[in-house]
Amino acid sequence: MADLSSNFLGIKSPNPFWLASAPPTDKAYNVNRAFEAGWGGVSWKTLGEDPHIVNVNGPRYTSMMSNDRRVIGFNNIELITDRPFKVNLKEMRQVKRDWPDRALVASVMFPMNEESWAKHIPIIEDTGVDGFELNFGCPHGMSERGMGAAVGQVPEYIKQATEWCKKYATVPVIVKLTPNITDVLYPAEACLEGGADAVSLINTINSIMRVDYDTLTMFPTTGNMGTHGGYCGEAVKPIALNMVAEIARNEKTKNLPISGIGGVTTWKDAVDFIALGASNVQVCTAAMVYGFKIVEDMKTGLSNFLDEKGMKSVDELIGKAVPSVTDWKFLNLNHVDKAVIDQDKCIKCGRCYIACEDASHQAIEYTNNNDDRVFTVNDDECVGCNLCVSVCPVVDCMSMVAMTSGTDPRTGKKISSEVADWTTHANNPLKVS
Amino acid sequence: MSDNKLISDGVNVKSHRLSKKEIENNFSDLHAPLSAVEALIESDRCYFCYDAPCTKACPSDIDVPGFIQSIRSDNLTGAAEKILSENIFGGMCARDCPTEELCEQACVRNDNEEKPVEIGLLQRYATDSVLSSGVKLFSRKKETGKSIAVVGAGPAGISCAHRLAVLGHKITVYDAQDKPGGLNEYGIAAYKSTNDFAQQELQYILDIGGITIKTGMKLGNQINLEDLQEQYDAVFLGCGLGTVNQLNLDNENVSGVIDAVEYIENLRQIDSKDELMVGKNIVVVGGGMTAIDIAVQSKLLGAEQVTIAYRRGKNIMAASEYEQLLAKKHDVQIQYNVSPKRLLSENSHVTAMEFDVMQSQSDGGLKASGENITLKADVVFKAIGQKLVTEGLNSLEIIKGRIVVDENRKTSLTKVWAGGDCILDGNNLTVSAVQDGKLAAISINETLTQGV
Repeated sequence: MADLSSNFLGIKSPNPFWLASAPPTDKAYNVNRAFEAGWGGVSWKTLGEDPHIVNVNGPRYTSMMSNDRRVIGFNNIELITDRPFKVNLKEMRQVKRDWPDRALVASVMFPMNEESWAKHIPIIEDTGVDGFELNFGCPHGMSERGMGAAVGQVPEYIKQATEWCKKYATVPVIVKLTPNITDVLYPAEACLEGGADAVSLINTINSIMRVDYDTLTMFPTTGNMGTHGGYCGEAVKPIALNMVAEIARNEKTKNLPISGIGGVTTWKDAVDFIALGASNVQVCTAAMVYGFKIVEDMKTGLSNFLDEKGMKSVDELIGKAVPSVTDWKFLNLNHVDKAVIDQDKCIKCGRCYIACEDASHQAIEYTNNNDDRVFTVNDDECVGCNLCVSVCPVVDCMSMVAMTSGTDPRTGKKISSEVADWTTHANNPLKVS
Repeated sequence: MSDNKLISDGVNVKSHRLSKKEIENNFSDLHAPLSAVEALIESDRCYFCYDAPCTKACPSDIDVPGFIQSIRSDNLTGAAEKILSENIFGGMCARDCPTEELCEQACVRNDNEEKPVEIGLLQRYATDSVLSSGVKLFSRKKETGKSIAVVGAGPAGISCAHRLAVLGHKITVYDAQDKPGGLNEYGIAAYKSTNDFAQQELQYILDIGGITIKTGMKLGNQINLEDLQEQYDAVFLGCGLGTVNQLNLDNENVSGVIDAVEYIENLRQIDSKDELMVGKNIVVVGGGMTAIDIAVQSKLLGAEQVTIAYRRGKNIMAASEYEQLLAKKHDVQIQYNVSPKRLLSENSHVTAMEFDVMQSQSDGGLKASGENITLKADVVFKAIGQKLVTEGLNSLEIIKGRIVVDENRKTSLTKVWAGGDCILDGNNLTVSAVQDGKLAAISINETLTQGV
């Protein structure tokens, strides 16, 4: 059995699955249940200054569902903790005492003045927490008050607040980033400059879920008005993965440890994040939808996967896929893929055909002789775009196969084993000669 | 309406074999309709195939992936419109189509998981929705001033009438029965058309306007083809098959030997099915849908032993494998390869039926093996096919006892079209009758509006 134990910045936990700072980590009751269920750590629901904030007394959450009511995406407008500072501290102290082997990180959000950080950070650290997570990501409510994403969107503020926290903390400081920016490298580099020990990402994405089709108001509303929330759940994972990989492969930030967040629902999602550079993952939506038990499969799934790969620990997986991520301009333009249909598996639905016909390069041919439907790839037209594979409903029926010799019938060009990318392409006005 | 007492009281023939409640239960919906949740989940299973095999397999050209996509998106009116614009009897067809041989048999899901999308039930879900809300999906074009006679208020005739009404023509539908509806009203198994569905659907269809129904008008009696051709701009014959084939055995007139079609008519019309006379041991002669329907319904009425006796083998049987299974599920025995030999009777009531056991020949023919079997029977149902009543149709080209039509359902007469069970090469399905009516209407319209 592979070793799932995790050491993130010196913070040890029996597995790399932490609960993100969010409703499931709001109070001792939930956190105790989470640890009983087997979670490796939690980032406690974000603490702020007293008097504590208040929440709306109406819908805080909405989901986007498939027809069989599986949650695909999730949205929330809940703010940071709405309980007194002292109550949280008392519970955190007790929880850390009761669960010494689990990670307990304090998520915090304070205004942009040093006094506030100086006042709060030491008292919080005194509870025995293993680290801090600076919430520079919350995209609703708190950002209107100059905190959360309002800080995370300004690299200078990130740097400044990180410096303050580092000044008054002795335990590691993780900065949680907002995806509501243009380029995640600016905030990531600011974290580094401010002395952050790690980054965690992503926080939620600004979102409105839909309108109410009867009232033609946004949905949901509190009374008759609503506000944007933060989007999360399975649907946001690809956005998060890209940001994680960008930081992991960026020269300046490549050694900055990452805690991956965004739609982790199964062990496979964790593999994605970890292989693309995260050291551990944080989960919220999956726990909110399915309860804490969901971690059981995450743990056994990841462990079995590592065994299959011959890896002894999670550490061996970290960043494995990062070298495969590059800029478009470095993609090998000499590489030629062609779509291949496994006729034995094909169920003749024609989705590949109509997708290619209407939206791509008319490279799939269809014949129908007395209801004998046959779909074949025409290599003369196939550009290897993968649209057909992307829409095929049958597992392993369609695939892209690389041409390794001969001539590409579409371009008439010989297949070359040499790598040639855009930087040297004849059509590139800025080509390096 | 036929006499309730089709069978005189015999030793083993009686009514009230089951309680009223048991019978009501037995004759409830064969397939429960889908709930909204089930429909949404099932609709998600459709792959939205290109040039969809299900649509190709539908005799009435319904855009199946199209209507299922509309169910998926909660656009039930759009879904129903897609169905009903091709097949105005989409509601009844959703109930009585042999989908396992048509659309669902063609579903590509069969290849992967042997479980097709439940197209029939989805179609019912969509059509039930507009039928119950009464949303009007069709309106009539400007009056053309043309008038058309339709003979037969069954699926073929009403389909034709509705399409012609939409196109702005005026239609008079003549029907021999007391009620319009044809086989939807009088023939389809009761558990496939519950809660007077045939009349509800008909009312929805006729709400289009421009259609006058005249019942109790039989071709050859109250009306005749020559007069109709004179009085109307065009005539559509959807008169079905008015009479049934006979066994041609001695004793065929003894009590207890009856036409299945007539008994089913009675079953469909009677208020309390528990009052129907039901035999203890029943033999059904035939191998089509009517044979299955009468056998299963006899069981549901409380008959003890029901056997379908079919002349040929299982694979040649006109009733689908699914229907044969349905019969077996209801504890109906099916005896293959037996040919009627003679009827045995006592006191003028049938007591048993003797059959020759047949052997298939290499040329496809059948030969008596020399062996016989005898089945005990208090009631023998004849379900060996129906015949066109040709009286009054002499001016038409008729082959093999059916009216000859071209691909537009036009007969040999200039002003006469025909469709449904009465035409040659028809397959006796409701859905095909509806298609015939639709195609004929399109052709009639083209003919009448040519040069206009």
